[in-house]
Amino acid sequence: MPLAVELESVDFAYGDAPVLEDVDLAIDEGEFVAIAGPNGGGKTTLLRLILGLERAAAGRVLLFGEPPARFSRRFELGYLAQRAQAAIDAPISVRELVSAGRLPRTRVLRRWRSTDDRAVDQAIERVGLAGQANRPLRALSGGQQQRAFIAKALASEPRLLALDEPTTGVDVDSQEAFGSLLEELHRDLGVTILYVSHEFGAIEHVAQRLVLVRGAIVFDGLPSELPDLWHDPGHVHA
Amino acid sequence: MLDLEFMRLALMAGAIVGVVAPAIGFFLVQRRLTLIGDGIGHVAFAGVAAGYLIGISPVATALVFSVVGATALEWLRYRQRAAGDQALALVFYVGIAAGIVMISSAGALNANLFVFLFGSILTVSHHDLVVVAALGFVNLAVVALLYRGLIAVAVDEEGARVSGLPVGLLNVTLAALAGVTIAISMRIVGILLIAGLMVLPVIAASRVAWSVRSAIAISMGLGLTSALAGLVVSYYADLAPGGSIVLVAAGMFVLVSLAPGLPGVLGRRA
Repeated sequence: MPLAVELESVDFAYGDAPVLEDVDLAIDEGEFVAIAGPNGGGKTTLLRLILGLERAAAGRVLLFGEPPARFSRRFELGYLAQRAQAAIDAPISVRELVSAGRLPRTRVLRRWRSTDDRAVDQAIERVGLAGQANRPLRALSGGQQQRAFIAKALASEPRLLALDEPTTGVDVDSQEAFGSLLEELHRDLGVTILYVSHEFGAIEHVAQRLVLVRGAIVFDGLPSELPDLWHDPGHVHA
Repeated sequence: MLDLEFMRLALMAGAIVGVVAPAIGFFLVQRRLTLIGDGIGHVAFAGVAAGYLIGISPVATALVFSVVGATALEWLRYRQRAAGDQALALVFYVGIAAGIVMISSAGALNANLFVFLFGSILTVSHHDLVVVAALGFVNLAVVALLYRGLIAVAVDEEGARVSGLPVGLLNVTLAALAGVTIAISMRIVGILLIAGLMVLPVIAASRVAWSVRSAIAISMGLGLTSALAGLVVSYYADLAPGGSIVLVAAGMFVLVSLAPGLPGVLGRRA
């Protein structure tokens, strides 16, 4: 299986404050990986290094075999940023939001084609929002909004789906439904999923692998192998 | 009123500015750069002053200063990683200080300056109208061309960057469009108030719109109405038009906010 992500001896610091030290990580294409850890532990930084939004102070990072900053097929990356929820305040329909996610595939100046409309429709249908496509995003529930953002990330037919704290502010039922949706997408599309969260309850049973980050990788294995001690929030957040 | 040529010219220029300003302002508001128009307006003031100082058209120099200032603002914000409000403060104060120094040097601290600061219905010439129409058309054409890209960056800048969209180029282009809009609007609305026409119709429209298209269309309609109504009020009450145009726009925002059930009704469309 080719590698989607490869990190070797990676260090990263914000100024003089080290965030990640000596990180080694290899993720196969098609894996569903949960990256968890306490706030400030470096999990979002790890994701940003993988996506080329930050540069490692030392070590090597490869994304589908290329340095992330020079990755040539960026339209193959679907990313849901932690703060993308700002769009919720905008007067935007679900279809417009998802169409914005299709743009990396079509390019800014290229003509929008009927195939692009179909890809947008398919992404909306896949997350179960076909009946809401023309509604304003802000009129939807928190769970539906998360699905709309996933549809946006899917619209460019990505090979890698990177989600940073995607269930923040979403109720427990919606979080579980969200976990099921990701399981379905992973099974049907074979897309590599990187799911960053300080809580991984929603995807604990669907992620194939759990990486726990606290300044370094302190656990890397099956979610079921995670020592009970780590399920204790007091320990994880210590 | 329409028998008077200066009024016909002012209304035509005002109509163009009323439509163009919110179309550009929409993307600034969504990117939380609502006050950028003010910052660029102050750079435009320096441009007007430079025009007086070197003896060429203040509109032309304001256009150059606005576009360069807007681009510099975007560059400061991103490349130097200055916080948006710090970059804005830098451009804002440098613009007004440079303007005052240059205009004092040119000995032009007089009533003519008020035309640019607060707008005037008396000073729009045929040549001005042609320039406003041409640049206004170019602005709208660029927005139409880059429409989807501008939306993608406005709703999720980091996501757009990760997926390879030319975010820097789109941001600089938007800043330049804002600079052009301010330069062509200053005769009618005035440097100090143009930001109001770029922002207030958008904020009002955003409360009732159900999509980006509807928000832009409604804000352009509100901007057009504000500009025309403000100019008519300005003519009959003998006021500087900038103030009356922006106050009409503010009044529309209040009406939209207070209209019972309006946001809910439109929000449930489709």
